[in-house]
Amino acid sequence: MIRTLTYAALSGTLLFSANATAEDKTTQQYIDTLAELGYPAPEENELVHIPPTMEDLEDAKLHPELKRVIRRGHDLFTNTQQLRGENVFNNMNCSSCHLGEGRMPFSAPIWPAAVTLPGFRGKNAHVNNLEERIAGCFTYSMNGKPPEYGSDHMVALSAYHQWLAKGVPVYPQQPIYGRGFPAPERPEELSYARGEAAFQEKCSVCHGNDGGGLRVDGQTVFPATWGDMSNNWGAGIVRVFTAAGFIKNNMPLGQPNSLDDQEAWDIAYYMSSQERPQDPRYTGDVKETLEQTREPFHKHSMYGRTRETDGHVLGDHRNLGDKPFLKPDTVRPRTFE
Amino acid sequence: MKKNPGMLAALGLVICSGLAFAEVEGDAERGAAAAGVCTACHQADGSGKNVPDGESWPRLAGLDAAYIAKQLHDYQSGERSNASMMPFANMLDEQQIADVAAYYASLPATQGAGGEDADEAMLKRGKQLAERGDWSAYIVSCKSCHGPGNRGAGEVFPGIAGQHAGYIKAQLQAWKAGTRNNDTQDLMGSIARRMSDDDVQAVAAWLAGQKPVAN
Repeated sequence: MIRTLTYAALSGTLLFSANATAEDKTTQQYIDTLAELGYPAPEENELVHIPPTMEDLEDAKLHPELKRVIRRGHDLFTNTQQLRGENVFNNMNCSSCHLGEGRMPFSAPIWPAAVTLPGFRGKNAHVNNLEERIAGCFTYSMNGKPPEYGSDHMVALSAYHQWLAKGVPVYPQQPIYGRGFPAPERPEELSYARGEAAFQEKCSVCHGNDGGGLRVDGQTVFPATWGDMSNNWGAGIVRVFTAAGFIKNNMPLGQPNSLDDQEAWDIAYYMSSQERPQDPRYTGDVKETLEQTREPFHKHSMYGRTRETDGHVLGDHRNLGDKPFLKPDTVRPRTFE
Repeated sequence: MKKNPGMLAALGLVICSGLAFAEVEGDAERGAAAAGVCTACHQADGSGKNVPDGESWPRLAGLDAAYIAKQLHDYQSGERSNASMMPFANMLDEQQIADVAAYYASLPATQGAGGEDADEAMLKRGKQLAERGDWSAYIVSCKSCHGPGNRGAGEVFPGIAGQHAGYIKAQLQAWKAGTRNNDTQDLMGSIARRMSDDDVQAVAAWLAGQKPVAN
């Protein structure tokens, strides 16, 4: 679908460039390509940023040691399994969810974190910096233990995030085009049975009919969509709208926006109704945990709810997957007192 | 690799047009005899041949048995069409397909040819497409489905590292043109259609030079 574009190329990133016209053209091509893939054009006041590539890094005027560290961050991001058993206890890579090496819009591109943090996060109700935000991914999505703050791994991952944000003003006032996994409008009814059928038809060739995914030679090819090797109950993508947004915008791989909204939501609902490792915020009681985390988080997930097909209470277990502990010590309050 | 019985069942349903295929057990020794008709092109060692100015014959040695069997069934049913292959595929019965597939899967993978003349820039582009893709054109990397080192992933995504460049190029062109479309859900076709002719050339050249098996 090619839309008529009214986008005015007003991004703060581009406006002050000496090559504004050439860059406007590049931006327009970028938007046109996305439009052909079914993504919406940017709203007039949205910030459009084309993150630099690893090829751009080679040409950039940066200290060679910094380039080396950014490359290391890219390597950790795309092959996070190298931290398996140390920081990662499931089959996920960062790039399993953040497609295109963390650069793709509508696939939770990671560069906005570098320009909007430190910032307040509702999920843990305090101000987080970039390292703490990355620690959140390790804690929940990787069912793991974050690298230490200030460690080589953390600095490398932070540097990669910041490199992708190159040229974007810090704390931008404009809304960011393609941020997160924008969910399609929620249909009136979600169906487990339709979701299951659609998953088996359109997802299982890669992710398996049990959601286990596929690994070859000790590397993840297709990530687990639920179960012990998937993200735990605290990861952002257990919220049904986030899963629906991910699926609609990114799946099947190579065919974004090919599923209709109902299908994306039904598949998300079905996936979200399967088990996965316990939420690290677990208090020992699923109802109590739900009460404590409902407002900022679990009101959007199936955690603690009764599955309609068999009466199973989701998340009512002590299964931690492969992880030998419940809560990494990075999950803690801050008070600034 | 963790074998997933559920996955196998699902593949049977989705990939094959009937469950019967999956139930025929292949025997590599019987397959060696039945493969006599294949060796004129695919060679006795399954290495196939890169033919620069004509139709290249793919390496079959070391490919996944279920993948090979699926292709043979598709030639029989017309899901996949190739004038050279069709008469030979039609000579095989269900058991022979399973046996021939098991036989070629059991052979050690051989090295591909056809990438020798590629220049540095072309190989660089080929490597990029194979390992990282080009997301500016939404070309997903080959590796994201064909697995680590592009050596194949499961029964559906064949090993393409060390495959002949001429064959890879012809197949990608066929996916682009729509003359090959026996993939699941257009997974390959949708990517191939975003690739330029230069991209096809580059990735074929690069993959041909890669090791078909892990060290």
